[in-house]
Amino acid sequence: MTDYALEARSLTRRFKDNVAVKEVSFSVEFGEIVGLLGANGAGKTTTIRMLVGLLEPSAGSAMLLGAPPSQETQRSLGYVPQGLGLYEDLTVSENLAFTAHAYGIEPVALTGPLAESSNQLVRSISLGLQRQLAFASAVQHASNVLVLDEPTSGVGALGAARLWDQIRDEAERGVGVLVTTHSMQEARQCDSLVLLSEGVVVGRGTESHIVAGLTAIEVTADLWSDAFVALTSAGALVTLNARSVRVIDQSRDSVERILEGAGIDATLEILPATIDERMASLDRGTTST
Amino acid sequence: MTFGTDDVTVSFGEVTALEAITVELSAGEITAVVGADGAGKTTLMQVLAGLVDPESGSVSAPGADRLGYLPSGAGSWKNLTVAQNVAFVGAAYGLTGADLAIRADPILERAGLAHVTDRLAEQLSGGMRKKLGVVLALLHSPDLLILDEPTTGVDPVSRVELWRMISEAVVNGATAIMTTTYTDEAERAGSVVLLSEGHVLLSGTADDLIAAVPGNVGIVDSPTDRSMAWRVGPVFHEWFPDGSPDDVVPLESDLEDVCIVADLASQVAIEGGGQ
Repeated sequence: MTDYALEARSLTRRFKDNVAVKEVSFSVEFGEIVGLLGANGAGKTTTIRMLVGLLEPSAGSAMLLGAPPSQETQRSLGYVPQGLGLYEDLTVSENLAFTAHAYGIEPVALTGPLAESSNQLVRSISLGLQRQLAFASAVQHASNVLVLDEPTSGVGALGAARLWDQIRDEAERGVGVLVTTHSMQEARQCDSLVLLSEGVVVGRGTESHIVAGLTAIEVTADLWSDAFVALTSAGALVTLNARSVRVIDQSRDSVERILEGAGIDATLEILPATIDERMASLDRGTTST
Repeated sequence: MTFGTDDVTVSFGEVTALEAITVELSAGEITAVVGADGAGKTTLMQVLAGLVDPESGSVSAPGADRLGYLPSGAGSWKNLTVAQNVAFVGAAYGLTGADLAIRADPILERAGLAHVTDRLAEQLSGGMRKKLGVVLALLHSPDLLILDEPTTGVDPVSRVELWRMISEAVVNGATAIMTTTYTDEAERAGSVVLLSEGHVLLSGTADDLIAAVPGNVGIVDSPTDRSMAWRVGPVFHEWFPDGSPDDVVPLESDLEDVCIVADLASQVAIEGGGQ
């Protein structure tokens, strides 16, 4: 048995002159849920495609269960892409059976709402049920590793909570789970996080590690949208956290001046930044230079 | 003028998609609609956009020339360039030549799309494609902006830019309604509607909804009733409808907890009603 379910060792991938992923290193232990974050185009999908063996690295190595991905190790990997990879013209139970036979195993027994829909065509069931089915289909053969792309996107709050219950159950059975996500709600479900920007790892660990001392000025005004429009019009780097407006790249004085100029009464507070804000500041740094 | 629906019911064959839905939208405010898939969010957007006729009840919305609609798909033509998409939609509203440029250029600039006007829509990233959809919906300065999942699958950086575009329209007097699956995002709307299976489960400001949770939600290591608990990272949140036991510290709930509790409560009611 190897130490890691998945490991990226200085993974690099070039497409012609463009380096999509550059010397990316991180690992996913057995029983651990790791979240891979980054803006669109940060290199998340390219990294995952190398880790699961769909794309050859230009340099470095992708390790699945301690070795470069092979047919044998891929058999214990469950991968649920954003598009889910289900057969829309087959029923729920036929989908499960089809995948099970491809892996030479018996299909798992359906439970709960999936069992009630077992004879329905996949295209006629809700997205929430489709996500549960894609997950069940991946889990039935994935004894060691799960790779999930935004696993609860488009699913209601309770459905998402129930899916996370199942993902955590798999981790507790010892499965290593890698999740890519844009949702901070999903990021909070992970044990540790890896933040990619422009193909490079720019943060690793818990949220506080990744934020690394960056602070934000939280602006609370009667109407957040007025403060939001005033600050963005002045060119400030602004993010939103529920109903408060937050500024990352300005001094307190400058925020006060902008708000005064717009005739907006507000209270200001300096707080630790969030991962979203770290991403926004990285994005601003790379596009303004 | 207030837009909205009054006691609207919509059926598709034997399936009731919306049942007696009343939603009042306020000018200069964003209303967020949340709920599981299949709850009726898209149907509600289509009813307001005049694309689906209600079986009963009435809809108050401006005519097609005064409303902007972003469908849950892309909302733009993939085989047209950004500039062609803008020209095509502009022409539909009678905006051409200099009039179109005066209106479209600043919006494209603020959306970060001014440098990709020659690119085919299908070659844009997910976030840029959504921004193009919102640009097209905003092009004619509509009175009512109807956005179906404008931010789903969009990264946090682009999501803030989308909110800026929507907020600017609202600050300038438009009324906006949007569906979203991100509850942290819904909290920022002036008013929130939680739909479940075609019914309004809850509606009001996020604060109202949070304050109205029956009992309270607490953080526990191991739940007393697993069916009333859900995981958040390594711990559980558990809903105690009659108040939490003394050894459980009540949590300051967010809208995510509220939506889960509302779904749990309606399940309990359905099961209870079946006895």
